[in-house]
Amino acid sequence: MTCDASRHGGGALLLCLDELVAGYDRPLSPPCSLELARGEIVGLHGPNGAGKSTLLAAILGSARRHAGALWLAAGLRLRHLAQNPQRPQAPVSGRELLAWLDARALTPPPRLAACLGRRIDRLSGGEYQLLCLWICIAGDADLVLLDEPTNHLDQTHVDVAVEEITTARERRGVLIVSHDRVFLRRLDARVVEMVPR
Amino acid sequence: MPDHLFLIPFLAGLPLAVLLPLLGNLLRLRDEWLAALGLAHLAGAAGLAGLSLHLPAVLGAPLGAVLAATIKFLSGARGNSAFAWMILAGWAATLLLAANSGLGEALAHAVVEGQLYFASARELGIALAVCVCGLLLVPRLTPRLVRARLFPLYERANRLPAWRWHLGFDLLAALAIAVATATLGLMAAFALVFLPSWIAFRRAPDWRRAAWLAAGIGLAAYGLAFAIALRLDQPFAPVLVALLVVLAALPRVRHGERFEPGNRG
Repeated sequence: MTCDASRHGGGALLLCLDELVAGYDRPLSPPCSLELARGEIVGLHGPNGAGKSTLLAAILGSARRHAGALWLAAGLRLRHLAQNPQRPQAPVSGRELLAWLDARALTPPPRLAACLGRRIDRLSGGEYQLLCLWICIAGDADLVLLDEPTNHLDQTHVDVAVEEITTARERRGVLIVSHDRVFLRRLDARVVEMVPR
Repeated sequence: MPDHLFLIPFLAGLPLAVLLPLLGNLLRLRDEWLAALGLAHLAGAAGLAGLSLHLPAVLGAPLGAVLAATIKFLSGARGNSAFAWMILAGWAATLLLAANSGLGEALAHAVVEGQLYFASARELGIALAVCVCGLLLVPRLTPRLVRARLFPLYERANRLPAWRWHLGFDLLAALAIAVATATLGLMAAFALVFLPSWIAFRRAPDWRRAAWLAAGIGLAAYGLAFAIALRLDQPFAPVLVALLVVLAALPRVRHGERFEPGNRG
């Protein structure tokens, strides 16, 4: 596959990988090709150790490209949800975080809105995960990269996460790393399989 | 209100008692609360080196601290380890300078312990200028530093010139701590960075109130320490440090909590 932005027209193509192999000192991910346009959700699915997170890291610029091509639209604004988001013991409320990270363009789901007044270090793991997910979704990003967004979430929280991600769909492209096929199916995501090297 | 003889010294320390706790909150957020002690040690050594060249401590100290902060930034060092190096280097330099210059150990102790009662209009002016800069910069830097702490890949992924605010904060902290070291003393500067933020991080429900709480504690402890030190004819810095330690420990003792200063940083 060759990355060709013109095929999508109107600057809709946000990301293109052509046989991309990512890693650090040595290659870790298998060759991966995909295109992601605005309005699309793509799921990277595969077992632990398949190199899914490393591929995301290469897109973010923190891992090396060992082979293949990586194309990102010019001036792209990115948001990234890490597999285990940082959570310092600090007196920062959810509301302050949304304001400082310019994530107030959309109204948060009621379940999340209810805990925005609390300190981030006093939220449950699931509540904090939902907050970080919402920060990625409700900002001005063109491309949202989510690494295992269902981590720490019980079934009720997963429902909220599906709602949050679906809300974002029309405005931006979403690339999700997940080993949860059911979750990807509920999002109607186009799935790219990754098999360990 | 202090006697007019002590009015300028009192006013010279006042802006620092507000600014240092605010910087302490941000340093604690970055897990760099040891910065105050590291930068203060180097500022003390640089102040002493400046004195040996007939330069006032309040000018020599910032030069050393700013140089150290720049080296730290350029070398990419982060976290408390970088400041532990500064403590050791600063301590050795201070004592060696004192032993090998005409200044003598008494003057070295004066730099380390601060000379607040001898502060003049020059110290007051510098403290005010640093405080105004700090109060203008802190609200602008806070969202960026919080974002860098919680979403460390954000800046790199979006190709933002993050070095500007990281270096800007490092220099601001270095400058404020150095001026405070030369004016209030090494341990008093460290205590004003470390303890109000230690309390605020436990008590405040959000960042805005943590800022008010930390600055309020700094201000109240400073005013009280100044009054007690004058009335009881005590050195200022140890009184301030003792007061802050009591303020930090008291609520935990009153609530029957186990007091573990090392716990949670």
